[in-house]
Amino acid sequence: MPEELPLNRPQSKTDLFWSFTILALQGFGGVLAVVQRELVERKRWMTPAQFVEDWAVAQILPGPNVINFCLMIGGRYFGLAGALAALAGMLAAPTAVLLVLALAFGSVADLAWAQGALRGMGAVAAGLIAATGIKLIPALKSNPVGIGVSATIMLGTFIGVSLLRWPLIWVLLGIGSLACGWAYVQLTRQANAPKANP
Amino acid sequence: MILDLQLSVSDWLALFNHFLSLSLLAVGGAIILAPDIHRFLVDENQWLTEQQFSSSIALAQSAPGPNVLFVGLMGWNVGLNAGAGLGGGWISVALSALGMLISLLGIMLPSSILTYTTTRWAQKHRDNRGVRAFKLGMAPVVIALLVSTGWLLTASHNDPMRDWPLWVLTLVAMGLVWRTRIHLLWLIGSGALIGALGWV
Repeated sequence: MPEELPLNRPQSKTDLFWSFTILALQGFGGVLAVVQRELVERKRWMTPAQFVEDWAVAQILPGPNVINFCLMIGGRYFGLAGALAALAGMLAAPTAVLLVLALAFGSVADLAWAQGALRGMGAVAAGLIAATGIKLIPALKSNPVGIGVSATIMLGTFIGVSLLRWPLIWVLLGIGSLACGWAYVQLTRQANAPKANP
Repeated sequence: MILDLQLSVSDWLALFNHFLSLSLLAVGGAIILAPDIHRFLVDENQWLTEQQFSSSIALAQSAPGPNVLFVGLMGWNVGLNAGAGLGGGWISVALSALGMLISLLGIMLPSSILTYTTTRWAQKHRDNRGVRAFKLGMAPVVIALLVSTGWLLTASHNDPMRDWPLWVLTLVAMGLVWRTRIHLLWLIGSGALIGALGWV
């Protein structure tokens, strides 16, 4: 299991810049799946459990998720300069690519094959995001919330968002605050418990 | 399909101001702001055509990089329209770049400052029980949100007779990412090819 090996860390701000450039350029239909694959599985800057925790914060704070995430990671290792290096990596090359595409795509956008290619890429991207979520479920095993309660929270969130189409903000405030409250109770219980197995 | 606009300095400021004011509302990603941006740019001010609006979103979603770049592309198009009003050429390029800069800066500045300061504070107090409880409690919620995002993207194609090959493609991609270490670019490339050939 990856958790058992020691973690790495970015070597420098230049390393941050290029790492985020490379993963941004792979992120078709959203960068999230690539972030998980690159930073957790390949570079091993964080464990799956740490990734879920950091992603939770990036998701809940306002603003684009991956932008928030790269600011957090960059800031953690190299302060404000690190955050800006990661941000620049995330934005510079993709912006240039997007402008080239916008100029080129303008002339073919109405053609059937171009529309089809977008549909196909969109379908794959949906699968990548869902798989990223599924792959992170084992990271909950070490979570003091407990696997049963975690499963209930996940099921409730999925039903609320996917099937009942509740607005995200209400899901976060409702289910999210209940979940955090429960986690707080569990942490308190852990802290007060006699240290049976240190 | 390009508009002829005459934008004053106060118009540019209004554009900047609009994105600034939306920034802190973007909980869960900038894409949830799309309806409000549409109201402002297309309906009220008519700085952007309907087609420019929807193609900006489609392109940024399918291009590599953060999806928030759709906002920058809209700013670019507003600048393009303004440049056409001034005769086009290099003025268009300059105004497009200005539009893109203003939009991206506006949409990201407030949220980035908030994120940076909050997460620095949380990092400093990472052993605090409240901070730990927040991260641990939110973990299952966030995992479910990821799966939900995949679900919602798939469910937006809601005609089973026509869309079932698309669903199969999503499921196969999901299985491959979950179970193998195949490079993600192969999957995206295959999706594009399958789509271009008209199989989905």
